[in-house]
Amino acid sequence: MGVFAEKTSNTTGRCVPCRKIPLRYRKLGRHGIEIMYRCGTYHIIEKTAISAGVYSYGIHCPEIAEEAKPGQFVHIKVEGFTLRRPISICDINRKNGSIRIVFEIRGHGTAKLTDSNVGDSIDMIAPLGNGFSSPQSGLAQSSRVITVGGGIGVAPLLGAAKVFRENATAILGFRSYDKIILANDFKQSGVNVITCTDDGSVGLRGTVTAPLEAELAAKPCDMVFACGSLPMLGAIVKICETAGVNCEVSLEQRMGCGVGGCAVCACGITRNDKSHMLMVCRDGPVFKGEEVVL
Amino acid sequence: MKRDLTVKVAGVTFPNPVIAASGVYGFGECYTDLYPLSLMGGVSCKGMTLHKRDGNTPPRIAETSSGMLNSVGLQNPGVDTFINTHLPRLKRDGNVIIANIAGETVADYAEIAKLLDSTDVDMLEVNISCPNVKKGGAAWGVTAEGAASVTKAVRAVTKKPLMVKLTPNVTDIVEIAKAAESAGADAISLINTLLGMRIDIRTKRPILRNNVGGLSGPAVFPVALRMVWQVAGAVKIDVVGMGGINSAEDAVEMMLAGAKAVQIGTAIISDPLAPLKIIGGLEHYMDTNGIKRIADITGTARPW
Repeated sequence: MGVFAEKTSNTTGRCVPCRKIPLRYRKLGRHGIEIMYRCGTYHIIEKTAISAGVYSYGIHCPEIAEEAKPGQFVHIKVEGFTLRRPISICDINRKNGSIRIVFEIRGHGTAKLTDSNVGDSIDMIAPLGNGFSSPQSGLAQSSRVITVGGGIGVAPLLGAAKVFRENATAILGFRSYDKIILANDFKQSGVNVITCTDDGSVGLRGTVTAPLEAELAAKPCDMVFACGSLPMLGAIVKICETAGVNCEVSLEQRMGCGVGGCAVCACGITRNDKSHMLMVCRDGPVFKGEEVVL
Repeated sequence: MKRDLTVKVAGVTFPNPVIAASGVYGFGECYTDLYPLSLMGGVSCKGMTLHKRDGNTPPRIAETSSGMLNSVGLQNPGVDTFINTHLPRLKRDGNVIIANIAGETVADYAEIAKLLDSTDVDMLEVNISCPNVKKGGAAWGVTAEGAASVTKAVRAVTKKPLMVKLTPNVTDIVEIAKAAESAGADAISLINTLLGMRIDIRTKRPILRNNVGGLSGPAVFPVALRMVWQVAGAVKIDVVGMGGINSAEDAVEMMLAGAKAVQIGTAIISDPLAPLKIIGGLEHYMDTNGIKRIADITGTARPW
């Protein structure tokens, strides 16, 4: 802003216009739930390097924590970069009004983001997008849920699995033992955990698909949530289709505005036998597995 | 001191000179969680075509130093959906509503303009500058003849104020602006994006699936400012400036160079509140410089 006063933003976590002006209409999400996001600066209250190049941040943002759902994301402005970085919400703590994000250093922007420390503020738009199905959106609390995550893709599944506690099984896939993240967090939230590594250094040797097939064969399952690489998601969608189990996948795409305005984060979706180009930010990032053109 | 932020472009009065540029604001529905559309001077809607378009294969965006590339390829729901679904809401909630139109053929442009002529849309912005489509788009904007033929065809079927949006990817933008002016344009808006490219050095693949795309953001601002200055000095019709405007200072520079109003694009992607900050900054600039009417600063740069 240079010499000009920043008249329309503050540092208390909410932009002035949100407070002053009543909302006239709100968007409806995939489940008909009102989606509302905010834009502001929020304080980092916790920072941990949980493995090489992977960081966990706790961010104090009561209004966002109140409305956020597992599977949604935050869109973070990094000083000196034109584009914001979309990062999925890993966990939500409504009691202390915070959310947790876990991200991996992918490039200069995410590397720069890790310069931020506890006490620093973070400029973000959140919560954005549609989350995984939950009791709020009609998936019964007693449902048996399997979450399947690969690498950093396990992060958005923590909050989603937690809701179903012992009814949830988390299958976590990593390259090797030193890449394992969040396995203890899943365990502590009461979720059954199956860990696999490509090299067999911890847990089952191989990818997440074999344990998923075994789990689906062993007990009836109501829903599978998945997040990871495209080939992994493709394999999971196929397995779920064969088993006749509902499946939701969280997609990733290079993103612009994060709110459906710029139409860059497109993905091919088949709905009612018609193909559509939908936006990962606004229509996703969570889609029904069978809809996604992988 | 009472400030007057209103500006007039092609006979249409805007409550302030800050307009959302086409392609970053959807159809004005995306930012209403943060602030009402009525705070914007106007909205230029996502470029629309006669029929629905799916756009290019992603990735469609790549970051650059002080900017970004995009290759959306005019994904839009088609002009009918705009008229039936989006326009009534835009007119209810917003101020000046500009329909940005694009076509593959001259007949397409005329057809869309004809459909919009009987609607409440306040202004047409003829997009002869989209760099991301194989047919039409910028193909019309790179020659004076092309620009004139599209402008003429649209002029013939509409009484709506007509703004022609130019591409910077030309040898002499002044010649093209003049051609649009003599073919009946009421205003010129510039610049669209500059054609650019990025390559991932690990995969040796261009980051954009379209290989190339349009560069926007602060990186292009000086180029945009120079072109606005050249065009504003050469045509009699109104000029709307855009290209990398990121702050109120940038907006003031653009107006000093000859723009009656400005459009904000990439800055909104970085910061959804950018238009409001720019409007606030303009008010501050007026107060500290004793300017009563913002419209008075247009074209008052003092070149050496």
